[in-house]
Amino acid sequence: MSGAALLSTHALEARYGDFQALFGVDFSIGAGEVVAIIGANGAGKSTLLKTITGLLRAPREAVRLDGEPIGGLRPGEIARRGIAMVPEGRRLFPSLSVEENLRMGKHSGRTGPWNLDTVYSLFPMLHDKRAHPATSLSGGQQQMVAIGRALMANPRLLMCDEISLGLAPIVVKEIYDALPSIIAGGLTAVVVEQDVGLARLVSDRLYCLQEGRVTLAGISGEVTREDISRAYFGDQPQAAR
Amino acid sequence: MIEWLNTIVQGVLLGGLYALFAMGLSLIFGVMRLTNIAHGDFIVLAAFGAFALTSQTGIGPLGALAFLLPLSVAFGYALQRVVLNATLARDPLPSLVVTFGLSIIIQNVLQEIFSADPRSIRAGELTTASVQLVEGITVGVLPLLIFVVAVLVAGSLQWLFVRTTIGCAFRATSDDRDTAELMGLDARVVYAWASGLAFAVIAIAGLLQGMRTTVAPADGPGLLLYAFEAVVIGGLGSFWGTFAGGVILGVTQAIGFRLDPGWGIWLGHVVFLVILLVRPAGLFPRMR
Repeated sequence: MSGAALLSTHALEARYGDFQALFGVDFSIGAGEVVAIIGANGAGKSTLLKTITGLLRAPREAVRLDGEPIGGLRPGEIARRGIAMVPEGRRLFPSLSVEENLRMGKHSGRTGPWNLDTVYSLFPMLHDKRAHPATSLSGGQQQMVAIGRALMANPRLLMCDEISLGLAPIVVKEIYDALPSIIAGGLTAVVVEQDVGLARLVSDRLYCLQEGRVTLAGISGEVTREDISRAYFGDQPQAAR
Repeated sequence: MIEWLNTIVQGVLLGGLYALFAMGLSLIFGVMRLTNIAHGDFIVLAAFGAFALTSQTGIGPLGALAFLLPLSVAFGYALQRVVLNATLARDPLPSLVVTFGLSIIIQNVLQEIFSADPRSIRAGELTTASVQLVEGITVGVLPLLIFVVAVLVAGSLQWLFVRTTIGCAFRATSDDRDTAELMGLDARVVYAWASGLAFAVIAIAGLLQGMRTTVAPADGPGLLLYAFEAVVIGGLGSFWGTFAGGVILGVTQAIGFRLDPGWGIWLGHVVFLVILLVRPAGLFPRMR
């Protein structure tokens, strides 16, 4: 990757109280890229996304969007600057209907190609269920609502946390099949995945985290299974703590 | 038979006032899980504000409301931004302690300025006018007006929460504050608007309470109790539920008063306790 990054983190550290979850993470993604973040449970993947979106505190200079420091801004402010998140576990609003959930994305105040019509043409079944309570849908459909809601924000950067978790493989395929048409609109995406094969398939580059540190960064098509396995489980001396 | 019907009608009208007391409380609790112990005192404060305006300037109750309503909204917004937002946490204790403190401050300041005497807002002929609904049932115009206002307030709030963008933002922030912020909202601002809205209802309730009867600086906790009971009876499903809770409380008290003049308030408490035991989530709980 060359040129200025759309989003970058610089020696990013994060902690939950006394527990430090990230240690000096350097991460970057260029415009138009799809970057996957892989790693075992508790490796710090979700923590990284939470610090980028402002849900966890970060030093101002440690996170930059288009070179501008945004670390530690309020989540609402970061969302309005163009980072949208599909949170782990979907986190739909149970009191709201499908369409009301989608409309919540518009609070980013941004304009662009995504609106109710374009989201419904991406996921047609949501149109039929638009008046249903969002949490009455199947898991896969709920995930589509969560993605649609993030797209409604017309973000510059879309971050997806564990989209495949708890979904049937066929549903996961259906959702990831929609990814190219999402990216075609010029969107940049960070994809956090447990499924390493899937992560390599959909991404240009990938990062592997282990215990809060980046243990591997490379082009998705070039890293080998062995590289990943070493980075994932840390059975190499230099990756030991 | 007609006497009992009359009792129930009077109770329903009284319940409208209780519903007005309760809706501001249930709005704030529903959006941010904050129990405002000073809720009744804010109603009394609004009543004294209206009393001061009408008695000092000579404007009518409607003129007083035109002045009081925007002032009350601004006050509620600022109170939330400056004080109450800082008390919100998983632990409900800080907000309880702070609003309890506000309650004591308001009571004492009002007593300092207005003395402990009960005051009433002059509403002219409206106070004594009455209409006959059917043979044997005559209702006061003012209680009827209060009931109509309560219906309008409940309907407006329900419409606002279900149909509008800000209503969606209220419900979403109530569901999941973090995710609402990920959407681009600032929960502190959403909460401040919710408080502003609740204080609009508080201003209306205070004015009408002051017109219907008298208010004294120490009345607040009593009003809070009725508001509480109405909210618990109705459940937190909708503003119509809270409204129904107020009406049930009003009718129960009216029936109690009819059975024995000493029983009215007491019977209201009994029915509240029975519903709390049998249906802890209220008669019209939130459906998920």
